[in-house]
Amino acid sequence: MTVFVPACLEEAFDAFDKCPDAQLLAGGTDFMVEVNFALRRPPAVVCLRKVEELKGWRLEHAEVVLGAGITYAELMGPQLSDLLPGLAQASRTVGSPQIRNAGTLGGNLGTASPAGDSLPVLAALDARIVVASKKGRRSLGLDELIIGPKRTTLGPGEVIVEVRVPAALGSQEFLKVGTRNAMVIAVANVALVVDWAGQSVRCALGSVGPVVIRARDAEEFISSRIDWARRTLTDEGDVAEFTALVRSAARPIDDHRSTADYRRHAVGVCAQRALGRVLADHNGGTWEQTSWAS
Amino acid sequence: MGADIVGELIDYQLRVNGHEHDVAEAWLGENLLYVLRERLGLPGSKNACEQGECGSCSVLMDGKLVCSCMVLAASAVGADIVTVEGLSAGENELSDVQAAFLAEGGVQCGFCTPGFVVSVHDLLEHNPDPTELEVREAVSGNLCRCTGYGRILAAVRAAQETRQE
Amino acid sequence: MSTALGTRRRRLGESAARPDGVPKVRGEFAFSSDLFSEGMLWGHIVRSPHPAAAIRGIDVSEALRIPGVRAVLTSDDVPGRKTYGLDYPDQPVFAWDVVRYMGEPVAAVAAVHPETARRAAAAIIVDYAPTEPLTDPVAAADAEPIHPLGNVLHRQRVRTGDPDAAGTVVVEGRYETGMQDQAQMGPESGLAIPAEDGGVDLYIATQWLHIDQEQMAACLALPLEKVRLHLAGVGGSFGAREDLSMQVQICLLALRTGRPVKMVYSREESFLGHVHRHPAVMWYRHHADAGGRLVKVEARIILDGGAYLSTSTAVTMNAACMAPGPYRVPNAVVEAVAVRTNNPPCGAMRGFGAVQVCFAYEAQMDKLAAALGLDPVELRLRNALKPGDSLITGQVLRGTAPVAEVIRTCVAAPLPAGVPMTTAELELPGGAGRTADRDRVRRGVGFAVGIKNLLYGGGFDDYSSARCRLEDGVATITCAAVEVGQGFVTLAQQIARDVLGGVDVVLAPPGTTDIGSAGSTSASRQTWMSGGAVQAACLAVRDRLLKSVSSRHGVPQETLDIVDGRVVSLDGQVDIPISEAARGDVLEETVDFHHAPTAELDVDGQGDAFVSFAFAAHRAVVDVDLDLGLVRVLEIATSQDVGRVLNPVQLVGQLEGGIAQGVGLAVMEEIVLDHGRVRNPSFTDYVIPTALDMPPVHIAALIEEPEPGSPMGAKGAGEPPMVSSTAAVVAAIRAATGLELPRAPVRPQDIALAGSGPGPVAGSGPITQEVSP
Repeated sequence: MTVFVPACLEEAFDAFDKCPDAQLLAGGTDFMVEVNFALRRPPAVVCLRKVEELKGWRLEHAEVVLGAGITYAELMGPQLSDLLPGLAQASRTVGSPQIRNAGTLGGNLGTASPAGDSLPVLAALDARIVVASKKGRRSLGLDELIIGPKRTTLGPGEVIVEVRVPAALGSQEFLKVGTRNAMVIAVANVALVVDWAGQSVRCALGSVGPVVIRARDAEEFISSRIDWARRTLTDEGDVAEFTALVRSAARPIDDHRSTADYRRHAVGVCAQRALGRVLADHNGGTWEQTSWAS
Repeated sequence: MGADIVGELIDYQLRVNGHEHDVAEAWLGENLLYVLRERLGLPGSKNACEQGECGSCSVLMDGKLVCSCMVLAASAVGADIVTVEGLSAGENELSDVQAAFLAEGGVQCGFCTPGFVVSVHDLLEHNPDPTELEVREAVSGNLCRCTGYGRILAAVRAAQETRQE
Repeated sequence: MSTALGTRRRRLGESAARPDGVPKVRGEFAFSSDLFSEGMLWGHIVRSPHPAAAIRGIDVSEALRIPGVRAVLTSDDVPGRKTYGLDYPDQPVFAWDVVRYMGEPVAAVAAVHPETARRAAAAIIVDYAPTEPLTDPVAAADAEPIHPLGNVLHRQRVRTGDPDAAGTVVVEGRYETGMQDQAQMGPESGLAIPAEDGGVDLYIATQWLHIDQEQMAACLALPLEKVRLHLAGVGGSFGAREDLSMQVQICLLALRTGRPVKMVYSREESFLGHVHRHPAVMWYRHHADAGGRLVKVEARIILDGGAYLSTSTAVTMNAACMAPGPYRVPNAVVEAVAVRTNNPPCGAMRGFGAVQVCFAYEAQMDKLAAALGLDPVELRLRNALKPGDSLITGQVLRGTAPVAEVIRTCVAAPLPAGVPMTTAELELPGGAGRTADRDRVRRGVGFAVGIKNLLYGGGFDDYSSARCRLEDGVATITCAAVEVGQGFVTLAQQIARDVLGGVDVVLAPPGTTDIGSAGSTSASRQTWMSGGAVQAACLAVRDRLLKSVSSRHGVPQETLDIVDGRVVSLDGQVDIPISEAARGDVLEETVDFHHAPTAELDVDGQGDAFVSFAFAAHRAVVDVDLDLGLVRVLEIATSQDVGRVLNPVQLVGQLEGGIAQGVGLAVMEEIVLDHGRVRNPSFTDYVIPTALDMPPVHIAALIEEPEPGSPMGAKGAGEPPMVSSTAAVVAAIRAATGLELPRAPVRPQDIALAGSGPGPVAGSGPITQEVSP
């Protein structure tokens, strides 16, 4: 038997002892596409579906500890969407209901797609990712785990077990641009977190580079311009500068889904809108109706 | 035949629609959809994309709606799997959702229909009185190329109303 | 909860239930990919990764060594003609010397398991010498030929009136439509079973069994009767199954191995393995007088036919003849050219040449209205075709043409309400992506009208054959008309019940080539043609039945009728069940139904080439995110000229389904090519509308003016919804943004970046030098 369905992490590690070249299978929503299209031919598979330690989540002090096996659907649940609104918003944009029932946070990290929808949120929350193997555990930042398109620093036999993120941190926004309203790979996405207590803005961009990009110059600039007591910007003109800095942080490419120019443009629009939403109650404007006959 | 298949062959059991099925000498990489269709004689779940982008192969696995093409069959050991074939009560019966699809014109070529039927059962199980937007979002993982969804949404509404009665 | 199955016995005009509906909702309907045969092998086609290359050699030895591989075939193994094609056989079964498009078959494998077949396919070594692909359709006609038959697939001129006529107001534009895919849900699939007589039985999803059979027999070097096709369940078509896909290859594998062979295309293979809608580049110039009457239309239309001919000839003819739209135009100078390139072959898709030109002529009509300072609806009404008018081909409209009616009723539909401030994100452009900023969303309304020719024309003597057999009071209808989802099976029963007075009707099992041809399920023709054949066969049986009752009972035949399954006379003397009326006789009649003859077009594109026309109007309402260029289509209102409603629910399904494909072409659907390479052959990247993208359709009016010559007065309804819905959506986006948007699909960057770069230049085409003689 070369498909292992371990019930706990120890059993998973044992499976790797028996089959060092076994491949990890989480929700299957990326893995199986590759198998179905003959791009991946696993000699053996360690399926994490039943691993108890990877399930569910818990609160530890001010931190949410998410099991790597948590699904997007679970991240959209009532409690977690209060604690991690940005992650819930991102989860809702992933694939379809079917995919959100199967796909996991750990899988999104392990796949390390530049378009992974949860990744900008995790980056903006400064998430810590705990990986484990028989040899022990280590904790990584997102940029230490994911180092290129579909490339991670996971070692042989190493499993992503937990993601630790601050609970209910400040205000959070996630915006994703796609060409239809469901089942769409991000053309660009943006996560923005404003930590009111820590007086900092964090902005992460997805699908506009080989890995998720933190727009650090934009973050620093806008953090220095916010009137933190009144939660407003002192000079509305700073929004334009912030937007420009976000755009210059992006490193997009042209591909069949969009163009580099549009992606750069779109992350700017999204970051600007996200900032606008968290800084003020964004009052809607008027809906103008133009007539084709006019 | 088994000996000629390239790759690693395995044996396992799956529980589908309440019955245990033996799967013998299967290639390790086979997805649940393939095993249902080609090994277990349950072709109701359809193969339209094999990458989780159409919903034609929707099944319930441990009560969760998933794409069976995205499930490694051998990893589904121990799970309760329900396919479209397991939804209606008997030989000559239709579930309320199936009857509504028929009555409202939700069926044209019918290729997406089994997947939709499974998705709508799952929706009404968890949300018996969804708004139209909730319905649209719940079936947004099921593509249909014939109907433009209008009659399908009408069918969901009809099934919903039947359950309210 | 469950419902017992009941039978519905509804007649024409009512929403009868589909006879195949129960198995379809239960998952028991056997589609072509659901077939199984004991000991069957799995077939797989090896395809070219290059859009253009010379083949220096093919080494299959490694593949043959893989355990479980039973056959590997190349062009050398094709016993008969090595090419096929609907109009002319220019497409290789397997390429042998050169490949002309990415995805062209070069070899095929049969093995005991699909994974084994995939591995064997990967082990076949084809030595390609890639060459520079010809991918620009505008340059193709004058480029170095990429095929011995040259690069011009078909050229259709249409000239009428005075080529030098000029209007006081002139508008022009260059328009483009992208390559759309049918994206039918059921992938191409089939099961070939070798027969003891040396022939083969193929169970296949197709649109026309008999035309497949003819092409296959030539390639397989078998007589027609040894190539037997049986219709397997068809998971949608929309034109994708008009050409052969795997038919020859799978039969070759079955004949070679002596085993049943099953083949199911993956979605990627489906995208690469069937034809698409022709992309078009169109230059237009409209002349009008000061009163807003069209004086002349000049158009030059280039259709990218891709590597092989397929149905390019007829698509080009449609595009040229429909070039001005549903308007009276006294003077026209039109040329449409389909060219050969190293892009994927293009052929039939719903709308068939009429969609592309509608996008252009309706944009022109809006432009003209603006130039005239006239209401665009009024402009359309002033020029709307009506019965007795002539097309630019000189053909006089003898049938119904309620163009003004579809326009008026569609425009009169109430507009959807404005969006309240409490709108959920799903109701805004960008949806769950939460990208919309209300201040930056604009609403636009757009309108378009279209014309579609119905049925085959151009002198082709088209027919459909059907048989009615009345035995023991049950009518059995046999017809090879392919059911692709449109509901012909429902209609056939309704027609038979209508003619035979509520008799029990059974449809013979899906069509085979053992019976007469029913023609293609395309060109909006089956209701008319095969519906007509079924009606005629039933009428013939009815006549025989009543004649025999008349003579036996001494009652004049004209006083007899069939009511609720009983033969009755007006005076009440006769009242017997049908089963008794026939007195044990089996009454069987087979009828070939032909439509009125058409003519070929002459050198100037003049002639009565078409049987009939249908018209539809669409009004689209969209909300557009001006900064991100994301579009949400809120509603489509439509009116359609349908002749007569035969099954209301099925008709609505055709309208909604066609409109969904039109919405897709307007805002998201396009095969993306990069130097001839298909970049998005998957449902991940070729996106079609989901339930969150497709708006409600408001049917403002179904215009029922029975069409003379149509057996039941009905016009085909499948294509018109696709023809003008795209144009209406893009017009609405133009209204919201003020942009010209001369290309469909409209991409987010076309809106969002419109101000930032050198945008498309209107009217910059070579129209003058190319069009004028």
